Amino acid sequence: MPKILRAIAMERCIGCYSCMLGCARLVHNSLSLIRSGIHVRSLGGLTAGFEARYCLACRPAFCALACPTGAFVQREGGGVCYRERLCIRCGHCARACPVNVILVDEETGFPVVCLQCGSCVNFCPHGCLAMVDAPSKEQPGTAGTAGEPDIKQR
Amino acid sequence: MFSQGYVRVMEIDLHEGRCRIHKREDLLENIGGSGLAAALYGEYGQPGEDAFAPEQPLIIAIGPLTGLFPLMSKAVLGFKSPYSGHYAETHAGGRLALAMRYANLDALVIKGEASHPVCLLLGEREFAVREGRHLWGMDTTMTARIIRSSEERGRGRRSILRIGPAGENLVKYACINVDTFRHFGRLGAGAVMGKKKLKAITILGEGSFSLPHGDYKKVYKKIYRKITTSGAMKKYHDLGTPVNILILNGLKALPTRNLSSTSFTGADSISGEYFAEKLLLRQIACSSCPVGCIHIGLLREKFAPEHEYYYRQVSYDHEPIFAMGSMLGVSLGEKVISLIDEAEKHGLDVISAGVALAWATEAYQKGLIGEKETLVPLAFGEAGSYRQALACLSGRVNDFYRLLGEGTLAAAARYGGSEFACTLGQEMAGYATGPAFFVSQAMGFRCSHLDTAGYQLDQEFDPCSVERALSYLLKEEKQRFILTSMVACLFARNIYTTEMLSEALEAAGLPHLALELETRAAALVKRRWQVKKSTGFDPLKVTIPPRFYQVETIRGKVNGEFIDALLKAYAGAIAAL
Ligand code: SF4
Ligand code: SF4
Repeated sequence: MPKILRAIAMERCIGCYSCMLGCARLVHNSLSLIRSGIHVRSLGGLTAGFEARYCLACRPAFCALACPTGAFVQREGGGVCYRERLCIRCGHCARACPVNVILVDEETGFPVVCLQCGSCVNFCPHGCLAMVDAPSKEQPGTAGTAGEPDIKQR
Repeated sequence: MFSQGYVRVMEIDLHEGRCRIHKREDLLENIGGSGLAAALYGEYGQPGEDAFAPEQPLIIAIGPLTGLFPLMSKAVLGFKSPYSGHYAETHAGGRLALAMRYANLDALVIKGEASHPVCLLLGEREFAVREGRHLWGMDTTMTARIIRSSEERGRGRRSILRIGPAGENLVKYACINVDTFRHFGRLGAGAVMGKKKLKAITILGEGSFSLPHGDYKKVYKKIYRKITTSGAMKKYHDLGTPVNILILNGLKALPTRNLSSTSFTGADSISGEYFAEKLLLRQIACSSCPVGCIHIGLLREKFAPEHEYYYRQVSYDHEPIFAMGSMLGVSLGEKVISLIDEAEKHGLDVISAGVALAWATEAYQKGLIGEKETLVPLAFGEAGSYRQALACLSGRVNDFYRLLGEGTLAAAARYGGSEFACTLGQEMAGYATGPAFFVSQAMGFRCSHLDTAGYQLDQEFDPCSVERALSYLLKEEKQRFILTSMVACLFARNIYTTEMLSEALEAAGLPHLALELETRAAALVKRRWQVKKSTGFDPLKVTIPPRFYQVETIRGKVNGEFIDALLKAYAGAIAAL
């Protein structure tokens, strides 16, 4: 069963940014807070708690529907696979994303997108993030809504 | 960026409202952080001029591992302290270090004075001097709120530094608030910012760099796992630094009521345990730190006769609790947190302000000063009066508060009472552990129990010989200097051993530094002392006030002769550098 990313317990988030830094370094080969598939930020000043903005693994993936070259293709379970060699840097994917989580790198023009690989989950020290079963074809759109999975503090 | 073979310095001139970028290969030999800040002060500083002279620089430096490895989460600020008149350092975490790294700013040198209040906006592709007049006079919370709402860019990846009224009014222990919960504290960096009419600095961390070649990913994962699985860091997340309140109280080493005592009957209700059970809302972390030691407590206060409350979130640590708690005889966590909040809003250093007010209270009790001076009746335990006194201190409302804002000894010089001043180069930190701590803080560069591990030495064993204590202090100083040059959080000192640092430096593409770390550090420690001496510091003239000689810990009365001997030996060692 394919898995998809869900921020299941952001109430626990300490705002350490380990998830973003891990994604940028290991997945996108970059030292940055920006070339990451997940973005944590405060809800308005550090007193307000944190939110995570990340790819919702849509099915259909609107970004892939909008992509004219096949650089973005629908991934089984939701979300997309991305092949840079096919990308012409038109930015249609980023504009199509309803939650605005595809970053178009200002320098290169290439999109930075979540690949649903789960690297960030391994870096979260507080169990805020998890890879959960993708919703089945029969019952789309229920991932992460069927109660909190049982996660232990590490 | 260090690992790309140079140090990128942004030199800012507030008078002209311009900046200049320097890419400096030659600065690499200073490691970064503490070493780099001292080197830049040597270059840009005006050691013979007044601390408030317009050309005095504020220098902020990160290190070669910032933005590459976890817990490399601090930035070092080097400046000439208006409090001591000497070169000083102060360190802060929060979002700052990573924002600087990703803004491609290895060091900032801020000189000159603006003609009217301004703010700075800095980034990888940004430099702007913005209006600050509408923010002048505002507290630290309101200032940040307005900046956040007027600038959308960089949310989540930016750092906001600002001063409060205390900094504007040049209180000599005004701090710079960093991202609400962290500070460049203690020796008056906030006042220097105030003198420069610089209300706030926003740094946008929006750039990115390619990874170093080779083993980087492997080493990064290894260090991350070590930190998150070793359990060594757990205590900092759990109760946090306030765990020390009861430990020190048990050792009779908790400064209480202006150090007239070292144990506090009210310790239980200001302890880390009490805070955790009654007031803790949550813990948060500096960027890149998976530990999360910043403890946020809830301040809830009734503001009308009906059931109407406001609430605020206030970060607490051992030091602020000691300063607003035991040192002032305030024995309830809720009251302590409201005093911390008050000091924070004004942008006063909480530790220095608390210790100064403790002296004022004893002076008041002894009749050296009266209500004509203090405007409110000061009495140990009376949180309400202290809250008002903090506002008076920040506002410098009369001669007395103006002098107290110069430091306890400045006020004592006028009103008497220097024999019970609790100052060790500045208002003391929260450890009445014994001679090694007293001597080490009296000499050091910053909040200072952190320059060496004097407080730890006192707790670990009764230093049997001056030589042994001295060599411990010197060794520890060098080790900590290496860490504060990287710039690591000192809580990670057991993770980042010399071997681990060498491995990290190598993976970062800095193999030479990895090899020469120890020897280079030894030379740089010496250089930092020389910079301090160039601003007029004479180690042989450092004295320790009488109150410290009366301290009684669990081991009995401190050995005054030992204090003197260690002071002399340490001063001699520093003077010889
Ligand atoms: S990137 Fe945006 S549009 Fe594409 S699958 Fe994820 S959330 Fe949907
Ligand atoms: S790693 Fe976890 S705790 Fe840290 S910022 Fe990401 S979601 Fe929050």
